[in-house]
Amino acid sequence: MNIDFTEEELAFREEVRQFFRNEMPASVRDKVARGCWPDREDHVAYQQALYEKGWAGVNWPVEYGGTGWSAAQRYIFYNEAAAADAPRIIPFGLAMVGPVIYTFGNDEQKARFLPDILASRVWWCQGYSEPNAGSDLAGLKTRAVRDGAHYIVNGSKTWTTLGHYADWIFCLVRTDDSGKKQEGISFLLIDMTSPGVTVKPIITLDGRHEVNEVFFEDVRVPVENLVGEEGKGWTYAKVLLTHERTNIAGVAPSKRRLARLKALLADPPAGVPSLRENAVFMARLVETEIELTSLEYTELRVLSAVATGKAPGPESSILKIKGTEIQQALDELWLEAAGIYAMPFVPEQYQAGFEGESIGPHFAPSMAPLYYNNRKVTIYGGTNEIQKNIIAKQVLGF
Amino acid sequence: MDFSLNDIQQMLQDSASRFVRNDYGFASRRAIVESAAGYSAAHWQTYAELGWLALPFPEEVGGMGGSLSDLMVLQTELGRGLIVEPYLATVVMAGNLINRHAAAGQKQALLEALISGEQLFSFAGFEAAAQHDIRLISTTAGADGDGYRLNGHKAVVIGAGLGGKLVVVARTGGRPGDAGGLSLFLLDEDAEGVSLQGYTTNDGLRAADVRLSDVLVGPEALLGDAGTAAPAINAMLNDAIVALSAEAVGVMETLLSRTVEFCKVRKQFGVPIGSFQVLQHRMADMFMECEQARSMLYYATIAVAGGCDADVAASRLKVRIGKAARLVGQQAIQLHGGMGVTDELDVGHYFKRLTMINTQLGSRDAHLHRLVQLQSVA
Ligand SMILES: Cc1cc2nc3c(=O)[nH]c(=O)nc-3n(C[C@H](O)[C@H](O)[C@H](O)COP(=O)(O)OP(=O)(O)OC[C@H]3O[C@@H](n4cnc5c(N)ncnc54)[C@H](O)[C@@H]3O)c2cc1C
Repeated sequence: MNIDFTEEELAFREEVRQFFRNEMPASVRDKVARGCWPDREDHVAYQQALYEKGWAGVNWPVEYGGTGWSAAQRYIFYNEAAAADAPRIIPFGLAMVGPVIYTFGNDEQKARFLPDILASRVWWCQGYSEPNAGSDLAGLKTRAVRDGAHYIVNGSKTWTTLGHYADWIFCLVRTDDSGKKQEGISFLLIDMTSPGVTVKPIITLDGRHEVNEVFFEDVRVPVENLVGEEGKGWTYAKVLLTHERTNIAGVAPSKRRLARLKALLADPPAGVPSLRENAVFMARLVETEIELTSLEYTELRVLSAVATGKAPGPESSILKIKGTEIQQALDELWLEAAGIYAMPFVPEQYQAGFEGESIGPHFAPSMAPLYYNNRKVTIYGGTNEIQKNIIAKQVLGF
Repeated sequence: MDFSLNDIQQMLQDSASRFVRNDYGFASRRAIVESAAGYSAAHWQTYAELGWLALPFPEEVGGMGGSLSDLMVLQTELGRGLIVEPYLATVVMAGNLINRHAAAGQKQALLEALISGEQLFSFAGFEAAAQHDIRLISTTAGADGDGYRLNGHKAVVIGAGLGGKLVVVARTGGRPGDAGGLSLFLLDEDAEGVSLQGYTTNDGLRAADVRLSDVLVGPEALLGDAGTAAPAINAMLNDAIVALSAEAVGVMETLLSRTVEFCKVRKQFGVPIGSFQVLQHRMADMFMECEQARSMLYYATIAVAGGCDADVAASRLKVRIGKAARLVGQQAIQLHGGMGVTDELDVGHYFKRLTMINTQLGSRDAHLHRLVQLQSVA
C-alpha cells in the first residue's frame, strides 16, 4: 500500500502545472478565482485548450482520442486543475454522451459525433428527467414513434442544465410501453435546432438561469440518431449514471475551496469576522477537512480498482453522497465567513469586469446565492436518498 | 403554568393570520419585493390601523403596552407570510431603542409618528469589523460646537433606503471594545454627509450600507444621554432576537406543512413519496425541530421579558433557532427535489429567509461561541 508518485508521475505533474500556468485562458481562471460563473465561451475556450493539448478525453480510451491516463495521472490532473482555478469540465459531452457513443454507438456515429465532442465544437445537454419522472426515471413518457426513416418525438424534459447553450441533446425516450417500463426506453440524439424543439428557462433560487424545460412537438429525428438498439436505452443510461456519480464527488475542487477558506481566515480582509478565535466554527472546519480526507482515499480506492479493470460499482454512490455533503458543508462554512455581508443581493458585484464600489468584502455577497444554488447537488444525478437505496440494495443485499 | 394565548394574543394571531391569508399571497409578495419602493406603503397603513405598530409601546405615547409574548405571537404570523415591510427594523429595533433611551420630550413625537405609520425608522448599529457585537463599533461622534460630527460606516442597515430616519450608534467616548461611550443619534437618510448604497437582501428585504462623512448635527440629534446607550441597545437586541426567532418559527412551521403536503401529493414509483419511510422520518425530525425551537422561544421570551439572564437566554435561543432552521430549511428543499430549488415555488423563498435569519443579529456559531466563553468564566 502506498501512494507515492513515481518519477514519471512527478514529471507529469510538472507538465500539467505548466499547462495550467501557460495555456489556460487567464480570463477564465480569474472568473473562477473571483467566484464568477464562467459563460459558454469561457467553458469552450478552456476545453478547447485541453483539446489542443490532447487532454480533452481525460477518461477516454486512446483509440477515440482519449488520454489513456492511469488512475494516478487522472488524480494529478484533477488536483492541478482545481488548484489552478480551472472551471469544471462540462460533463454532458465529454463525460456522458461521448462514452455512451464510443461504447454502444456504431462506427458511423462514432465518426460523426466523437470528434466534435472531443474538440468541444458541439455543446450537449442531458435530457433524462421529466416533470413526472425524476427519481423514478424509468417512468418517463416522452414518446418516440417510428415513421419510416424517422422517429416522431413528443413530450417534455425538465431541469435540463445549460440546455440554452446546447446544440444537441441526448434523450431517453419511450419507444414501447407494452412490457416492463425499463425495457421500452431508447437512447436518442436530437439536434436542438430541429423544428418543434423549444427551450424555456427555469430560474433557480439564486436568481440564475442554469436549468430549462425542453419541449418536443412532432420533432422528426432520423433513425440513424438512435444509439445502440431500440429498447436498450436504460442499460446504456445506467452505465452512464455510474460515470456521472464518480464525477460528482468533486474532491479536488472541495480541497481547493477548503484551502482558500483557510488562507482567508489566516489573513482576514476588512469585514471578515475573525473566525479563527471561534472554536465552534473551527471545529466544524476541521471536521469537514477530516471528511474530505476520508473521501479522497475512498476515491483513490475506487480509481485504482477501475484502473485494474473493474467498472465503478455501487461504491460510486458513496462518492456522490459524501462528496455532495462535503460541498454543502463548505458552502455553510463560507457563508459563515461572509458574516453580515452574506445578506446583500448584489449579483453585479461578482460579474466579471465589476469595477464599482464593492459592498463588503468582495467575495461575501456571492456566498448565499452559492449556498442556495448548491442545494441542487444532493438532488441531481440521482438524489442522495436514491443513492442510499442503491447501497442498501446492491451492497447490503436488501 | 399556562402556555395558552390570552384574548389579546388570540386576536392578534387571528388578525395577522387573516391578513397573511387574504392580502399577502405569494404573488403579491413577489410584486412588492420587485416594486421600486420595496415595501407596501398601503400595507404599512394597515399595520398601523390593526395596532401592530403600536403594540410594544407604552400607553402614554399612544402604544398598546403589549408584552414581549404579544410581539412573539404577531411575529410568528408575519413569518408565515414572509412579510417584507420593515416591522422588525422600525418597531422592534429602532422604536424599541427610542422608547428605552430617548429623552421624554423626544420620545413622544417620534413614537407618535412611528405608531401612526407616518415615519419609518431603521437601526444603524452594526459595522463590518464589529459584525453584530455592538461593543466593537468604531463610528465616532466627536463634539463640534454645541453639536457633533459623525464619521463611520454602517453595514447592512436593514430597512434603510426607504426614506425613514436612521437611529445611529456612534461613540462619543471610549474605543472599540468598550461598552461605555456609546450614544444614539437620529439622522435623516438624506442629511448632508450621509450616503446610502442601497440594495435588496438575499431574502427580499431592502437595506443599505450607510456612510457617514463629517455629518454635522445639532445637540437635538442626540437621543437621550450621551455615552450611556449600551444597556438600552443590549436590551433591545435581546428583544429583537426573540422577535426574529418568532418569525423563524413561523417560517419553519410553514416549511414543514408545505413539505408534508407536497409529499402526500407528489408521486414517484406509482406512490406518494410520503409513503417512503425514510422521508417520513425526515419529516418527523423536521417536526421535532420545529417543536424544540418553539419551546426554546417560550423559554427565552419569558427570560428576556423577566430580565433574568436575558443575554444568555437570547443567545441560547439564537443558537437553537439556527440549528433547527438549518435542518428544517435544508430538508424542505431536499424533499421537494428539483421543485425546491426553483424561484417559482414559495418554498425556496421561505428557505432563503430562514438562511438569512441565521446571519441576522449574529449567527448560531457566533452566539454559541459567546455562550462557550461565558461558561468558561462562570
Ligand atoms: C439544478 C439541477 C440540475 C439538473 N440537471 C439535470 C440535467 O441536466 N438533466 C436531467 O435529465 N436532469 C437534471 N436534473 C434533474 C434531477 O436528476 C432530478 O431533480 C432528480 O432526479 C430528482 O427528481 P425530482 O426533482 O423529480 O424529485 P423527486 O423524484 O420528486 O424526489 C423528491 C424527494 O423524494 C425523494 N424520493 C423519491 N423517491 C424516493 C425513494 N424511493 N426513496 C426515498 N426517497 C425518495 C427524493 O430523494 C427527494 O428528496 C437536475 C436537477 C437540478 C435540481
